[in-house]
Amino acid sequence: MSAAVLRPPAVLPGFAPALGLTLVYLCLIVLIPLAAVFAKTAGMGWQAFVDAVAAPRVVASYQLSFGSALLAAAINAAFGLLVAWVLTRYEFPGRRIADALVDLPFALPTAVAGIALAAVYAPQGWLGRWFDAAGIKVAYTPLGVLVALTFIGLPFVVRTVQPVLQELEKDVEEAAANLGAGRLQIFLRVIFPQLAPALLTGFALAFARAVGEYGSVIFIAGNMPMVSEITPLIIITKLEQYDYAGATAVAVVMLLASFALLLAINALQAWQARRGGRAPARAGH
Amino acid sequence: MNSTLTLETAGPLLPAAPRPARAESPWPRRALIAAALAFLTLFLFVPLAAVFHEALRKGYFAYLAALSDADALAAIKLSLIAAAVAVPANLVFGVAAAWAIARFEFRGKSLLITLIDLPFSVSPVIAGLIYVLLFGAQGWFGAWLAEHDIKILFALPGILLATLFVTFPFVARELIPLMQAQGGEEEQAARVLGAGGWQMFFRVTLPNIKWGLLYGVILCNARALGEFGAVSVVSGHIRGLTNTLPLHVEILYNEYNFAAAFACASLLALLALLTLALKSWVEWRASREAAVTA
Repeated sequence: MSAAVLRPPAVLPGFAPALGLTLVYLCLIVLIPLAAVFAKTAGMGWQAFVDAVAAPRVVASYQLSFGSALLAAAINAAFGLLVAWVLTRYEFPGRRIADALVDLPFALPTAVAGIALAAVYAPQGWLGRWFDAAGIKVAYTPLGVLVALTFIGLPFVVRTVQPVLQELEKDVEEAAANLGAGRLQIFLRVIFPQLAPALLTGFALAFARAVGEYGSVIFIAGNMPMVSEITPLIIITKLEQYDYAGATAVAVVMLLASFALLLAINALQAWQARRGGRAPARAGH
Repeated sequence: MNSTLTLETAGPLLPAAPRPARAESPWPRRALIAAALAFLTLFLFVPLAAVFHEALRKGYFAYLAALSDADALAAIKLSLIAAAVAVPANLVFGVAAAWAIARFEFRGKSLLITLIDLPFSVSPVIAGLIYVLLFGAQGWFGAWLAEHDIKILFALPGILLATLFVTFPFVARELIPLMQAQGGEEEQAARVLGAGGWQMFFRVTLPNIKWGLLYGVILCNARALGEFGAVSVVSGHIRGLTNTLPLHVEILYNEYNFAAAFACASLLALLALLTLALKSWVEWRASREAAVTA
């Protein structure tokens, strides 16, 4: 038995077939098709590439996609933290239902979210009429893009912060309270520093998702070139005009941004895991 | 979760004693709850309610007519086929990947984990584009496919591939951390006691991971039924043939047939609510089981 514990790979079967299947499937479905994007771009020449990805209409779409994704992620960081706090710390009627519905943007098809948001935030819609009365147009403007991207990123911050909040040691807060700290002071000095890695991870996840989002945005955006046209829509439009090279060039820019974000998120999660790993040690004191 | 529930409901009767910090004015708490619920109402509850309101605007008869339309039924069928292929395929892959990653040490493991997560960070539109580049008329295999009269793009295989891509990580990413946390001791014990490979898997591994597995399958299924962007690029939008239910919603909406669009959308919204309910149930069962074994 002790020998088995010392040399686990000798005992458990199936390593080669499991890894083999994983690698073959990964290559066929993900890696080879993605490689096609870079191969296609490599064949188009530098000048053509720059012309495709730096056209004014395309640059305007980057500004809209990345700008509103960043803003939506910031809104979700603030309100996601609030929602996670309220759901873990307070008891109120409907809390469990609200908790379950937070995941709705993960489960609801993006096209359904898109037409629902467009209907609600249109000038005659349930919420749009109030904004309209205040002179603010939401649907069919860049503000509509922001609403859709906020919707789509909503669960990320809540679901990354919530488990950390649940694990927080109450005795540290109580000690701070006994030492005379006010509630705001406890939150800023004791709770917030422990939440920061999770909060940043949730922010990055929401941002990464929002940058590439398509379905929920196109119905509410109005899709006006230079104004409310997101980058994924540019790719679709180029494809419909059979400009495969142009579509692929823009896709490469988006993919590189996604890869950079993925690496950043991995680093953040490693940081969070190290922070989380220290918490039980503190409980032993 | 339960202990806070009882403590909180007992709050007014037992002031101060359990938690001194809470004995302060209730107003900050009420304001925070109100702000959180206002945010959720603006972005979640109202849009969800609007789907059903718009769907039933022209009455139940129009609602049922929209759902029993031949094109709608064909779209529902195609979405179900896509899910019926994507879920088992990604289930087998997810278990194999989690087994290799969580039970063995090898070089490049963390790179492999990152690559498995990759489809989540790729825009759905690009997920469709890659298959156009491979199988489209100007694509790598385009000429060969045309020669042999095989249709992948704007046909069922393209839709299946795009669905497989976007749902690729769901099961694997649920199982990897779960199996890593559980460790392989029970499986090693089964082997030492003489269990065969599959016997060990079905008697020890599967019962241990069943809730995580089910959780991944539920999310994978929801995404497979609801995928829009990737499928939109490869489908060609041929009515009654290559339209999935979300694409059918888009077509009806763009034709200003709002009642029918929202009727089909309400079906997808019901599926989403069912998904959330199942997900909560699985979480509850898993946490109860964990509490019993601990």
